[in-house]
Amino acid sequence: MNMKFIKPIYETFEYVGKNILLGLYDAGYILLIFFQSVYFSKDVFRRWREIVKQMYIAGVKSFLVSSIVSFFTGMVLALQTGIELMAFQQEALVGDLVITVMTREMGPFTSALVLTASVGSAMAAEIGTMKVSEEIDALEMMAIHPVSFLVMPRVVALSIMLPVVTIYSVVMGTVGGAIVANFQLLVPYDVYYYHVLDTLRFKATYVGMLKSYIFGIMISSISCARGLQAKNGAIGVGQAVRSSVVISFLMVLIVGYFITALFYGKVHD
Amino acid sequence: MIELVNVKKKFDGKIVLNGVSFKVERGETFVIIGQSGTGKTVTLRHIAGLVDPDEGHVLIDGVRMDYADANTKTTLREKMGIVFQSGALINWMTVEENIALPLIESRKYSKNKIEEIVNYYLRILQLTDARNKMPAEISGGMKKRAALARVLVRNPEIILYDEPTAGLDPVMSRMIDELVRQMQRDFGVTSVVVTHEMQSAYYIADRIAMLYKGELIACDVPENIKSSKNPIVQQFITGSIEGPIEVQ
Repeated sequence: MNMKFIKPIYETFEYVGKNILLGLYDAGYILLIFFQSVYFSKDVFRRWREIVKQMYIAGVKSFLVSSIVSFFTGMVLALQTGIELMAFQQEALVGDLVITVMTREMGPFTSALVLTASVGSAMAAEIGTMKVSEEIDALEMMAIHPVSFLVMPRVVALSIMLPVVTIYSVVMGTVGGAIVANFQLLVPYDVYYYHVLDTLRFKATYVGMLKSYIFGIMISSISCARGLQAKNGAIGVGQAVRSSVVISFLMVLIVGYFITALFYGKVHD
Repeated sequence: MIELVNVKKKFDGKIVLNGVSFKVERGETFVIIGQSGTGKTVTLRHIAGLVDPDEGHVLIDGVRMDYADANTKTTLREKMGIVFQSGALINWMTVEENIALPLIESRKYSKNKIEEIVNYYLRILQLTDARNKMPAEISGGMKKRAALARVLVRNPEIILYDEPTAGLDPVMSRMIDELVRQMQRDFGVTSVVVTHEMQSAYYIADRIAMLYKGELIACDVPENIKSSKNPIVQQFITGSIEGPIEVQ
């Protein structure tokens, strides 16, 4: 057998296999960090100051970006659906569509994306920097578990604040939709809000909140785990941040679909 | 008290430690010297249980630190402290908060007692003026002293120092050396010190060991190291360019 032909095939299998194993290892590590956070939630009262600090960073510091993103999401939704509805003289129903999409999908989704980009990346960078500058080792040497000290407060804070930011995003998106409905689709505010309130369903709200809660846990666990795996100085921290954002985005989309399918997937009897 | 038995370690296929064995007695100050990249810090990290060997064992008071479960590691680490080369202070805490951190986390002391202990070490390490400063706002020497204070507040039986005097001025270096000796004299602390600085090594060491290419090539009292016939040891301690040491 000619080795010249076998070598590239062998190397391809080696590359694919190695990356599959690395992917499984990383997924396992993220799950381990999550379960350790659950275990260390027994320290939640002792670490309340850090939790409040992280809640402030996640909620208040992302306030402006969340406002802009959700406001324009609502505007785009109202405009795109309104144009189609106008063809059937049904533009008054734009409020129904905006509130349905915002509560079920776009509220949790846009909030998750904003917090992944602003808060999750900062978590990965902060913990990654601590890792490469031996601060995590120093904690271990002081018999302080890094997950209890650093990860658990972040996971708790983001799992509380993401649903809060989502509620706020839904409100802002609805307001954005109202402005487009009023000025571009000529739907009066009272008609728009009548439809919004009439269509607002409890199920859509709690499924949206559940999504946000799960996204909060996911984003913080992924970001902290990637930070804890950082190595090789500043380059390693950069890689940790990049991969935490990419994995979080993908997981938000994938898990978001499965939660939607679980609650709304039964279309046919 | 500390024993390394035939410790071997590779990183990415490169041999860093190749069968290192030594024993450090209780109350002894053991200094490890050697070129950069010869495995001095890795040796220290093995003793601290931050790295596990590929082969061999690390024993602390006869208990295996390598591959020990989390509880055993925590119990063994309660006896020891490490002064990292960079200080490794928590960057979002003030100097005072950093020093108080191990005491707060141990939940063994009252608030007043913690304040008393922290004030004592801030004073003896001349850090009182820097107590409210963040690590980024203080000099390298202050960082090292703060890191040392953070270790000393726990009254450890073993202290591991990673280049404690690197980058410090001669006066500050001597002060740190004096502290190492004081800890041994007054409290019977066992120390393992990794350093390049031969003056420091001669001043503080009971024994000096030299690592070269991941192997222990010499281990003796300072006087015998000074008069060593080994050309590698002689070249290193005299800082000569000519000799058998390969510059990497």
